[in-house]
Amino acid sequence: MTVKTLKIDDIDVAIAAGSTILQAAQEASIPIPTLCHLEGLTPVAACRMCMVEIEGTSKLFPACVTEVGEGMVVSTNTPKLQGYRRMNVELLFAEGNHVCAICVANDNCELQDLAVEVGIDHSRFPYQFPKRSIDLSHPQFGIDHNRCILCTRCVRVCDEVEGAHVWDVAQRGSACHITSGMDQPWGEVSACTSCGKCVDACPTGAIFHKGETTGEKQRDREKLAFLMNAREHQQWTR
Amino acid sequence: MPISSLPSQLKSGSPPAGDSTVQDEHRHFKVLDVTMKRHRHQPDALIEVLHQAQAAFGYLELEVLAYVAKGLKLPLSKVYGVATFYHLFSLKPSGAHTCVVCLGTACHVKGASALITALENELGIKVGETTADNQVSLMTARCLGACGLAPAMVIDEVVSGKQCPDTALEQIRALSGK
Ligand code: SF4
Ligand code: SF4
Ligand code: FES
Repeated sequence: MTVKTLKIDDIDVAIAAGSTILQAAQEASIPIPTLCHLEGLTPVAACRMCMVEIEGTSKLFPACVTEVGEGMVVSTNTPKLQGYRRMNVELLFAEGNHVCAICVANDNCELQDLAVEVGIDHSRFPYQFPKRSIDLSHPQFGIDHNRCILCTRCVRVCDEVEGAHVWDVAQRGSACHITSGMDQPWGEVSACTSCGKCVDACPTGAIFHKGETTGEKQRDREKLAFLMNAREHQQWTR
Repeated sequence: MPISSLPSQLKSGSPPAGDSTVQDEHRHFKVLDVTMKRHRHQPDALIEVLHQAQAAFGYLELEVLAYVAKGLKLPLSKVYGVATFYHLFSLKPSGAHTCVVCLGTACHVKGASALITALENELGIKVGETTADNQVSLMTARCLGACGLAPAMVIDEVVSGKQCPDTALEQIRALSGK
């Protein structure tokens, strides 16, 4: 196994070649904010929260998909990056209808956590107030598109872990949304096994268990982590 | 819409005699079968097959998308996602006539947006829509590659250049014989 050595925020890190900058940072306990990334799923670099700077180029790189290189000098928390991250979160809030006070995921939401982390109390961008729908046709779960940030975790977990591929991304631009089956109500998609993995994977309150009210969303991330680890490393005990 | 209801005549193999639309549809599904077979039912032929389907049926009905999904062994949501991503695919039947206004840079500078406003007002629809009587669909394109003709417009695949709102409306009215 070849090892690459690099510097992240002045800390020396050695890690197997082919690893990502995000993995290297995790190894060195350097936090990099992420949203679309979920351990065990194919990375798609959709959210751009994890952008980092690499010395010698003015381009920014998504840490979740950028491979480490020998001698790389990476910065994860410069004022420039802080500014972009803030803007990114503000744009997400302005794009959808995120009303934390009445959300099932209040206090248990990765988007909200990020907003707190980067210090946001409002968005400088005009709120779009898009007209989006809520689908409560599934007997156990619901999806509220108002809270969706299009991270595609649900799409990937359902396809890659459950193997049902209920979800996908439809349309484009501001009409872009998560769709189930052939644009059917979720409850009518015969492929859904009602496993609940998409509820566990969703970072916001967009997909939830029916019956949960404000601040009550439960997700079992450990179950997901266990399953993915089991598949990858054949470890069948928790 | 129940998508489980794939055309029954396909399964039985013989269309009911005397019904020409059903026979047409049967033929279109046959064309689709041939296309999928030519691509050895490879999932990565999806876009090719959707093109062929749109050419045969005129637009992509959910039933047709479900048929393609089954034929190429792809999840329904994936096929729907691809079909709705590209402007070229339409999930609704288009009008008897299509009117495409170019919005490329040159046409834009030469006043294409005035053409669109005039056409939208005349037809009572927005870009991307079809009139209630199914006569005209209004669409836009990003550069037809005919910048010398700016602002350009295409009606039923015939390009006409150097348009102004008046000439554009004249052409549209001629379509409906008004
Ligand atoms: S409950 Fe399971 S099978 Fe159904 S959509 Fe969610 S992840 Fe897919
Ligand atoms: S529903 Fe949740 S998991 Fe799926 S794309 Fe939206 S925010 Fe992400
Ligand atoms: S976590 Fe890297 S782009 Fe979303």
